[in-house]
Amino acid sequence: MNGRTNASSVTYVGMPTFPEAAEASTRDARLRRNLRHATHTIRDKRAGAVAELPDWAALREAGAHIKDRTLRHLDHYLEQLEQSVTDAGGIVHWAADAQEANDIVTRLVRETGEREVVKVKSMATQEIGLNEALERAGIAAYETDLAELIVQLGDDRPSHILVPAIHRNRGEIQEIFQDRMGRWGRAAPEGLSDDPAELAEAARLHLREKFLRAKVGISGANFMVAESGTLVVVESEGNGRMCLTLPETLISVVGIEKVVPTWRDLEVFLQLLPRSSTAERMNPYTSTWTGTTDGDGPSAFHLVLLDNGRTDTLADQVGRQTLRCIRCSACLNVCPVYERAGGHAYGSPYPGPIGAILTPQLDSLETGLDASLPYASSLCGACYEVCPVAIDIPEVLVHLRERVVQGGTATVRGQRTTVQPAKGHAAERAAMRAATWAFDHPGALRAGERLASRARRLVPRRLPGPGSAWTDTRDVPRVPPESFRDWWRRTRGGATGTGPDQRERGTGRGARSGGTVPREQSGRTGADGRHSGGGPDGGGRRPGGRAGGSRTEGGGDEQPEQP
Amino acid sequence: MSSPSSRETVLGRVRRALADVPRTERPEDVPVPRDYLRVHGDRDPRETARLLAENLADYRARVHHCVPSALPETIARLLARQGSRSVVVPAGLPDSWLPAGVERVHDSAELPSHALDAVGSVVTGCAVAVAETGTLVLDASRDQGRRRITLVPDHHLCVVRVPEQVVGSVPQALERLDPARPQTWISGPSATSDIELNRVEGVHGPRTLDVILVSEEGFLL
Repeated sequence: MNGRTNASSVTYVGMPTFPEAAEASTRDARLRRNLRHATHTIRDKRAGAVAELPDWAALREAGAHIKDRTLRHLDHYLEQLEQSVTDAGGIVHWAADAQEANDIVTRLVRETGEREVVKVKSMATQEIGLNEALERAGIAAYETDLAELIVQLGDDRPSHILVPAIHRNRGEIQEIFQDRMGRWGRAAPEGLSDDPAELAEAARLHLREKFLRAKVGISGANFMVAESGTLVVVESEGNGRMCLTLPETLISVVGIEKVVPTWRDLEVFLQLLPRSSTAERMNPYTSTWTGTTDGDGPSAFHLVLLDNGRTDTLADQVGRQTLRCIRCSACLNVCPVYERAGGHAYGSPYPGPIGAILTPQLDSLETGLDASLPYASSLCGACYEVCPVAIDIPEVLVHLRERVVQGGTATVRGQRTTVQPAKGHAAERAAMRAATWAFDHPGALRAGERLASRARRLVPRRLPGPGSAWTDTRDVPRVPPESFRDWWRRTRGGATGTGPDQRERGTGRGARSGGTVPREQSGRTGADGRHSGGGPDGGGRRPGGRAGGSRTEGGGDEQPEQP
Repeated sequence: MSSPSSRETVLGRVRRALADVPRTERPEDVPVPRDYLRVHGDRDPRETARLLAENLADYRARVHHCVPSALPETIARLLARQGSRSVVVPAGLPDSWLPAGVERVHDSAELPSHALDAVGSVVTGCAVAVAETGTLVLDASRDQGRRRITLVPDHHLCVVRVPEQVVGSVPQALERLDPARPQTWISGPSATSDIELNRVEGVHGPRTLDVILVSEEGFLL
């Protein structure tokens, strides 16, 4: 089920678009309950951990700028990193895409003569589908993070960056362990209960024999220090330490954006990451290593530097900030859309708001799912607020929506390319073009408005054909009996007297949203000219009523303050 | 080694992607404001040590205090409490710290990991301890040994010299550490919250972490 055969896409094969997947997942009451509990718990804890540091805003600013400096001079830092890792006894490989990275890792494992590897949880290796590639080459890859183990044994997919099995409850995990552990190695103990401590103990026993005999470990990294060649892995369980220190060969697959210039820069990220991610002052274990060390840890260290769409993202000056991401998952836990739709609906290893901007960029918006992801947001801005490296996710979402609808130039696999608008947005673009033309031709606009008013009783609540996509989630607005322009021409804003007859006719919307406008008020507003009181459109409009709704929709215009 | 062409492909793409960056701009021209604090709060060494003890305990490490002369007896007591008959000993750990009756397993590159799995405890020093986060940093120095010895046994006993090995903050810790040395930062025993966010301690690393803060007679905590 994990399988991904399309090496050029970050998304899983055969995934439906976000709205289709979310339609199913939002109906799963148990999933929604699990998610709500989990996201709210982490969110509240995180707020406490962040509040402990009075200089959080300054750390966030420093983090964003360190990443920006790195990204603006990424070639320089990558070459420096390559040199320092090589000097420390490591071997550096470069992979332009997923396929190449998988080929390199497969070859390296084969060269050791081993048929199995132990793995530390790593987003990069999920992104490239490494486990499946190794399986095709006859190599078994064992996930060792508890949640990843649950996902792997359950033939499932991760649904959260930090807690990949967030969608599973203890009963399901107990069942998975009982049914599946024996097929992969040491079976679950007899009479295993659903107590989390017992389940963790079962995982400890199951994995320990694998750790002790493993000859090859595979990891990602949270940070790579260019000046020293040091890699950093931040974790909780100790499975990372096992994979990083017990095997003879260590292969780390790391995205090129994970580089930071100096050792000192870690003072910022080792404060930002744990508090933002697990809401701890510090995570239980952090490992750092620089090349190889005689007699301590693996004697062979390979670093595979992965592009796979990152340079395309880098080329987009608005999208570039996405590469600051340190994969803390704070944005998932505050996102109202993630909380309801769940991680699987995002169709790639990167769920939530960061996934909604990262996946389509790594993929150059090539699949239908990619084109739907920038819309998987209400643009409420909570993700930007919590982001420890100040990625303006709403800004990037709006930018990507523009690319989906209008196309334009973008970099695809290193080539400047003219991108066509995504399929399915043709009607929207045609409508916009027609509207532009109509607003330029007042005569045509007037004729059209009058026609619409006369035919208003024929307008259905739900549109047929392509328009149905729009009305699936909305009502068609009622067409007023008279256009504002006609009303104004006739009444000059009500100054010449608005009869009861007209008021009644003129409050098509008002009647729905709170009754007709009293005569006095209508006259007054008309007289001082500030409002078109009883007018066809303005009539009876409640302050704040609709505004609340439209603010969410159009929030892209109201960006939060820049740091 | 990857083909030289992949290296050139990726670096070439990076350079083309950065066409908007002026050619004359150097990395250090991109400003990095460092207005954050070097340390949170104004504490004297005693207060810093107290905060360390507090934060270690908050993350479920068991914290003990003693003067240097009482160290062997404290270690003996904690090993007995754990029921450990054997102890892994890093090469640079003073032998006088350990009680007579306990079997010493000496750390060496030849010591296989399954042998470590059979040992009850490990006793080490540390490189630095961070008060604000309750973190012990090991850098594989002679009194700490190879990284694996503090990982496979189920009980880790770590000795911290107070106040000289204690710093207030993460920035202060990094200043003292050499990135060339392999490091393990430890904050409490291994833990997971992967099952319904219930915290369970001791998944793969040592399930029990004892920390002994050793200070001179006058330095009362």
